[in-house]
Amino acid sequence: MKNEPINPAFEPEITAFYCAYCAYMAADAAGVLRIQYPASIKFVRLPCTGKIDIRYLLAAFEQGADGAYVVACTLGNCHHVRGNERALARIKRTKALLDEIGIGGERLDMFFVSGSQAHAFAEAARSMTERIRQLGPNPLKFRRTEPQNVHRIDLSEESV
Amino acid sequence: MIVAEQKKLDEIRGSVSGARKILIVGCGTCVTVCFAGGAQEAAILASSIRMANQLDGQTCEVADVTVQRQCEWEYLDELADQINGADAIVSLACGVGVQAIAERFPNAWVVPGLNTAFIGMPTEQGIWEERCAACGDCLLGITGGICPIARCSKSLLNGPCGGSEAGHCEIDPNIPCAWQLIHDRLEKLGKLELLLEVQPPKNWQKARDGGPRKVIREDLRLTHKE
Repeated sequence: MKNEPINPAFEPEITAFYCAYCAYMAADAAGVLRIQYPASIKFVRLPCTGKIDIRYLLAAFEQGADGAYVVACTLGNCHHVRGNERALARIKRTKALLDEIGIGGERLDMFFVSGSQAHAFAEAARSMTERIRQLGPNPLKFRRTEPQNVHRIDLSEESV
Repeated sequence: MIVAEQKKLDEIRGSVSGARKILIVGCGTCVTVCFAGGAQEAAILASSIRMANQLDGQTCEVADVTVQRQCEWEYLDELADQINGADAIVSLACGVGVQAIAERFPNAWVVPGLNTAFIGMPTEQGIWEERCAACGDCLLGITGGICPIARCSKSLLNGPCGGSEAGHCEIDPNIPCAWQLIHDRLEKLGKLELLLEVQPPKNWQKARDGGPRKVIREDLRLTHKE
């Protein structure tokens, strides 16, 4: 999908999913250390990144996110043993799906940090923001047509 | 279970192109447990079609719904209003479910979202293997519970062919030779003598070769309208 020319004023909206263990601790530590990272990132906390669902990621893009990423414990150190490995497999599948859809799998990524790696947490936010800035806005934004697609994914469903 | 795989997004979109109201119908039985066409996959497909269509400048509504079993009338009847109100239905069931919708709703345009693959089982998480060919005349009792019809590439009945090499099939070295498995298992069970009986040519009329099949159980049929 060919995007619009890069607009230097474009500030990406990014949805980040992070686990309640290492990634949350790293986020907390980043705050305590006053480490700066882009303010346009919206965080969604998960009990473990193993809870990530392809539907959550697609919903982020469908609802207008320019990019999305997942932050997990380092591989081998997941508090639920293999939750982050499962998340990684789903991220790979979702990237392929985003390519098929035409949004582009490069708008999605996954990062691994330990609880003390506040700088790595902030760097993930910065690098994703920079990448999305290069890619430009979510192509769906240029093609908002009426009637708007009416059926939204209800993340409160019991099945989710 | 019936094992299926989802078709590529482009193929599915192509089969419903032009429709302004699309209904994705998932099935809550076999294809849910093989992660091909359950509620989760129906929601993912609906979201994917919505986004892809929007990128192509097409305006359409895409909704998804999942029933317990698409292959039974009573579950399909719940969907009558939604199906009749849609321009196109994408069935995420096996081929039975697609045909059930077509038969129950004569005016509905229904297309398959899955390729029905085989009758099998998950041998480990994420891997499904064929186990039954629905041949209509089960002989697992004489082959140690390992099916030579479904698992031997040549469906042989009296031992392996010359292509069995180190316990693997000549068709694909990743496929274990069914007759090696049968021999090893019967040997462990001390029942190798079962293999001494020569099996006559199989009556394939009970399989698909005899035409579409039908099972009738008079004891279960309704004798009057209820």
